[in-house]
Amino acid sequence: MEAIIKLENIVKTYQLGDIQIPVLKDISLEIERGIHMSLMGPSGSGKTTMLNILGCLDTPTSGRYILEDTEVSSLDDDRLSDIRSRKIGFIFQSYNLIQHLTVIENIGLPLFYQGIDERIVNEKSYEMAGIVGLKERIRHKPTELSGGQQQRVAIARALINNPTFILADEPTGNLDTKTGKEIMELLANLNQQGTTLFVITHDSKIADYGRSVVRILDGEIVRES
Amino acid sequence: MKFSLLHATRILKAGWKNIYMHKLRSLLTILGIVFGVASVISMLAIGEGASFEAREKIKELGSHNVIVKTVKPPAEATSQQNVTLASYGLTPQDLMKIETIPSVEKIVPTWEDKMDVWYMEKNLPIRLVGTYPEYPAVMNLEITKGRFFTYIDYKLAHPYVIIGSSVANQLFPLEDPVGKEVRIGVNYFTVLGVASERAIVSGVGFEAEDINFDVYMPLTTQRMYYGEYSVGEKGGGIRSSDMSWVRYHRFIIKVSETEKIVTTAAIVEDTLSSSHKKPDYEILVPLQLLKQAEHTTRIFNIVLGAIAAISLIVGGIGIMNIMLATVTERTREIGIRRALGAKRKDIINQFLVEAIILSAIGGVIGVFLGVSIPAIVTKFADMVTIVTYWSIIIAFGISVAIGITFGIYPARKAAWLDPIEALRHE
Repeated sequence: MEAIIKLENIVKTYQLGDIQIPVLKDISLEIERGIHMSLMGPSGSGKTTMLNILGCLDTPTSGRYILEDTEVSSLDDDRLSDIRSRKIGFIFQSYNLIQHLTVIENIGLPLFYQGIDERIVNEKSYEMAGIVGLKERIRHKPTELSGGQQQRVAIARALINNPTFILADEPTGNLDTKTGKEIMELLANLNQQGTTLFVITHDSKIADYGRSVVRILDGEIVRES
Repeated sequence: MKFSLLHATRILKAGWKNIYMHKLRSLLTILGIVFGVASVISMLAIGEGASFEAREKIKELGSHNVIVKTVKPPAEATSQQNVTLASYGLTPQDLMKIETIPSVEKIVPTWEDKMDVWYMEKNLPIRLVGTYPEYPAVMNLEITKGRFFTYIDYKLAHPYVIIGSSVANQLFPLEDPVGKEVRIGVNYFTVLGVASERAIVSGVGFEAEDINFDVYMPLTTQRMYYGEYSVGEKGGGIRSSDMSWVRYHRFIIKVSETEKIVTTAAIVEDTLSSSHKKPDYEILVPLQLLKQAEHTTRIFNIVLGAIAAISLIVGGIGIMNIMLATVTERTREIGIRRALGAKRKDIINQFLVEAIILSAIGGVIGVFLGVSIPAIVTKFADMVTIVTYWSIIIAFGISVAIGITFGIYPARKAAWLDPIEALRHE
């Protein structure tokens, strides 16, 4: 399998006054296409920083991050935005839907910034709503949905731009066990159909859904399995 | 990202949706802009109206003219008599002296008195003006029906009158006045013509007079029928009636060239002051009055302009304030949008478009208000106001410019938020 993501010696250091706080220390990792990988670690281990760097929301202090054929680590803000809009699907713990937009508008949001015709966006959003089983709810606002349904909207939104990989940050963190399980099964199902999935969690049950689990502790990868 | 009209419409739609969501807040926000724009338009309309009035007045008095008026000198304290015969004002000697000034092209004297004109059983108070046949030429008076009296009418002292438009309308609502006989005092006159309607002007620095109620006749005719005495309307019976003897009430002096108007006025003043011991005349230079009026209008415009500017700035600050609040309120949304691929430019567009929509709505409401206020002023304050189309364009343009100016800072602030921080924002 080809590696779509290559992290080479990634270091991230935060400057807090005079003190330098190393958060990620020399991380190297390869993610293959079609894999379901979990990143597991306790809080403060550097999971969130990993997510930010992988999600192109932040750049590493040093090291190389190659996403498909693009060296991402040195791109400017506009190019990073472009990569986020085309190659990455985000799923957050707290869903992060825009409250005043309807379900279908939320799903179509990533395409909005690619300047795609509204009609096509709506068609595609409707199709995505079907995949996550929310066709009946497209005119609702997020506040009218349950947590599980909101997370389904977020998944549909993450899928719409046909991303290189989906980055999920504690996707079940705000859900009860049963709903969490449903969401994980939906994600696993998508993975079966070829979507590359990278899940960040502190919960080993969730991590175990992955075919491969990476454990991170104090900014270093301690075990890969 | 390709920029298309479709995309622009979507940004506009999204912006409008957000504004519509907070209807009351948006309405309160734009009030400053509304009043600012309204005051800019009304101010310009009132200013334009004032200068229009001044121009009209100049047209009425003749821009090439110097006007000398007889004024009643202040009563002398020694005069204890009940019946007085006051003799004052402009004289034939003055007329002859002024005629010799080289820059004077023409001088037309008038004798005026307030009288009643009768036709059948209808009557009307008018101002009788005895003058020269050149009067319409120097005063830019047009004759709509019939004709003005000629030099021959003047020479032969024909009993002809030319009536103002209001006199014609009120005495002859359904008939053609030309050729009809009217009575003034005890004498009958034939109506020879009707003067065109003139705007009633009461601008800065002028006294209001309605020349549509004037009745003109040859000075010779007037002298023959009415002489040079007039009885004042002081009241209190015959014992205290106030008779005066005035040879001429007005000289209208037409000056050959515009540059010589002021000098000519000075020479006239010199000529008259040597022979008049009492201050019984007054010199009006319409051109100077125009300049005065323009000066007053300019000050008026500066003051109102400052008020309008302050109002617009306050309006702009209001918009900035609300936009900053919106940015804070929607920090998380900004984070989400950024994570989903919105560039800084997209965020700037989003917030800037909202600010511009707000100010443009304010501008539109302001334009409506700004067009209504002058109409109300005209109705209740009896002032001429003129709303020009360019004042509307300027005012609306300013409102949009304010939206951009005061919207850019909040929009930039939103765009430069760290997406990671913004996503974490509660």
